[in-house]
Amino acid sequence: MGNEEKQCVCAIIARYRDVPGPLLPILQGIQEEHGHLSEAAMHQVAASLGRPPGEVYSVATFYTLFSTRPRGKYVIRVCENAPCHIKGAPAVIAELEKALDIKAGETTPDGKFSLEFTSCVGICGVAPAIMVNQDVHGNLTPSSIAQVLGQYR
Amino acid sequence: MVTLTIDGQKVTVPGGTTVLEAARRAGVAIPVLCHHPDQEVKAVCRVCVVEVAGSRTFQASCAHPVAEGMVVRTNTPALREARRTIVELMLATHPDDCLRCERNLRCELQSLAEKLGVREIHFDRLVREVPGDRSSPSLFRDPSKCIVCRRCVYTCSQVQGVGILHPVHRGYETYVAPGWGRGLMEIACTLCGQCVHACPVGAIGEQDQTAEVWAALADPKKHVVVQTAPATRVALGEEVGLPSGTIVTGKMVAALRRLGFDRVFDTDFTADLTIMEEGHELLHRLKNGGVLPMFTSCSPGWIKYMEHTYPEYLPHLSTCKSPQQMFGALAKTYYAEQAGINPADIYVVSIMPCTAKKFEAQRPEMNSSGYRDVDVVLTTRELGRMIREAGIQFDRLPDSPYDDPLGISTGAAVIFGATGGVMEAALRTAYEVVTGRPLPKIDFEPVRGLQGIKEAEVDLDGTCLKVAVGHGLSNAQQIMERVKSGEAGWHFIEIMCCPGGCIGGGGQPIPTNTEVRIQRSKGIYQVDRELPLRKSHENPAVDQIYREFLAEPLGHRSHELLHTHYTPRARYGPPGGKS
Repeated sequence: MGNEEKQCVCAIIARYRDVPGPLLPILQGIQEEHGHLSEAAMHQVAASLGRPPGEVYSVATFYTLFSTRPRGKYVIRVCENAPCHIKGAPAVIAELEKALDIKAGETTPDGKFSLEFTSCVGICGVAPAIMVNQDVHGNLTPSSIAQVLGQYR
Repeated sequence: MVTLTIDGQKVTVPGGTTVLEAARRAGVAIPVLCHHPDQEVKAVCRVCVVEVAGSRTFQASCAHPVAEGMVVRTNTPALREARRTIVELMLATHPDDCLRCERNLRCELQSLAEKLGVREIHFDRLVREVPGDRSSPSLFRDPSKCIVCRRCVYTCSQVQGVGILHPVHRGYETYVAPGWGRGLMEIACTLCGQCVHACPVGAIGEQDQTAEVWAALADPKKHVVVQTAPATRVALGEEVGLPSGTIVTGKMVAALRRLGFDRVFDTDFTADLTIMEEGHELLHRLKNGGVLPMFTSCSPGWIKYMEHTYPEYLPHLSTCKSPQQMFGALAKTYYAEQAGINPADIYVVSIMPCTAKKFEAQRPEMNSSGYRDVDVVLTTRELGRMIREAGIQFDRLPDSPYDDPLGISTGAAVIFGATGGVMEAALRTAYEVVTGRPLPKIDFEPVRGLQGIKEAEVDLDGTCLKVAVGHGLSNAQQIMERVKSGEAGWHFIEIMCCPGGCIGGGGQPIPTNTEVRIQRSKGIYQVDRELPLRKSHENPAVDQIYREFLAEPLGHRSHELLHTHYTPRARYGPPGGKS
């Protein structure tokens, strides 16, 4: 962790350390700022909250919104719950993997896209759905994927 | 008091009792898995579900408090089906190598499946591929067998205050492990093995070294000697089905002879010697303004904890090696000389209640005899395995005595096996050495028992010696914080890593819990009471070794063979590196 990142993490910790249950907001802050939770950052959080480092890692790996590895500029989250599955998510996933030439859980070599699964994003009415960072795209078919990706290329 | 009905039986219990506990009093043992008698409620496995009248869903009886007039049913077709389904789901994700598993016949999941009559698994098998960890000489972890009951998490965090085991990942992917996939040797694990006692299945265990010992015993060139730790003689019987705390000293010696050991010696001899060395070290520190308080150094889990957690306090640790390591060093020098055997041909095996002892024996500095002081450490459980494999009818063995001279010992040495024992043994000797008078009362009751932290003051001819005793690392941590604050004014502190001391060690028979610890402690103090000699300085073999070999406590040879030094360690090493 560079000096700059360390100071940034420190500032995020300082912002939330006195709220009740500070761990999640701190990790969210770091995730937003740096795109992932590095091991060094998690050690820093553990030390300042006086918790075992492994406990922070435990929380970080439990929530799908946290990543312990660096991710692409755009994170594509595909809903893997039942309604999306029934409405054709497997074909959409296959098309995304083909178009990006990566498997789910991987990041494109140019660092632009990461492909991940997520639990229900609450828009079953337009299933199958994906999120690209904070944008929602619904009613997808394999043939609509090129157009969606085109907005971010 | 609250009265409720369980399976048609009226039962009256204090308010706040759980349905599980109330059912036990009504004569119904509801099956459990994540429940552990020494731990707080987790209610994660749901095996103990019951029907509570008026409740829409099944309730976990381990977490459900009783209420006046409550009507509970524990044995209905729907409940039997639910419990079996829960266990089937666990078995669907569990490796099916039970016949080859270390916990075969001692596995709680296995016995639960048997109890619930599981004959089929109605789910697709989905066994997680998780890398195992054999990085440490003491323990293995096989997370693919983890059923995520969280009992080891509780033990590691709450009982030992070490906090290196946590659930990682989510859903089916979850298992318990140190963070970032680190091995136990890359983090601040003390290797105490208390997680082994917490684990209901074979996901954590000791590194089995019985094969090495069988090979040494079969090698005609090797002179194989064995030492037995104090706490093993009140626990080994449990490995062959005897009640907890049964005293089996003579049968253990006889069994070791049958297995083919050339000499059967006793770690109790070097426990007595430890009292001479450590007692004089304490008196020397008191007289010469040395570093105080002084901590005992017999417990290797405690030593490793200090090296990781309080490295700035290492000068407070007694420099005495543990009795196990003193024994090894003397077996390959003093005994080799006396017996006229080339030390290169002597192979030292220890029988220990401890998994951390395996690590201790491999520390690079433990070679002051010019050889590895101790070649192999076996836990009480591993010795049980060898006895069973050899078909020895343990309970029918005639008692056999230890060999001379490293087998002669006193009651002071035996009580090393229980929390407070080293302190009591040290006080028995220190009092008589300093005052020159015989002890008015040999039993120091205030340092005995399972209370977490015990304190006492002893008048040594005008000098008031303030002592403290702690067992279990959470208690050790509290003592360390009080030492840091400087408020306590203690001179001498005994710490044992494991709850209850060595009788509750991580290498002891399964199960080890508070109830079992109490029985083993009783055994230890009974052995002490029944021995003719109960003070270390009255041990004739100790007197002899000082006359013939060591000259005096803290002398030149003692420093060379019986004392050691410690290594500050990081709490989290780099990936792949050593902490």
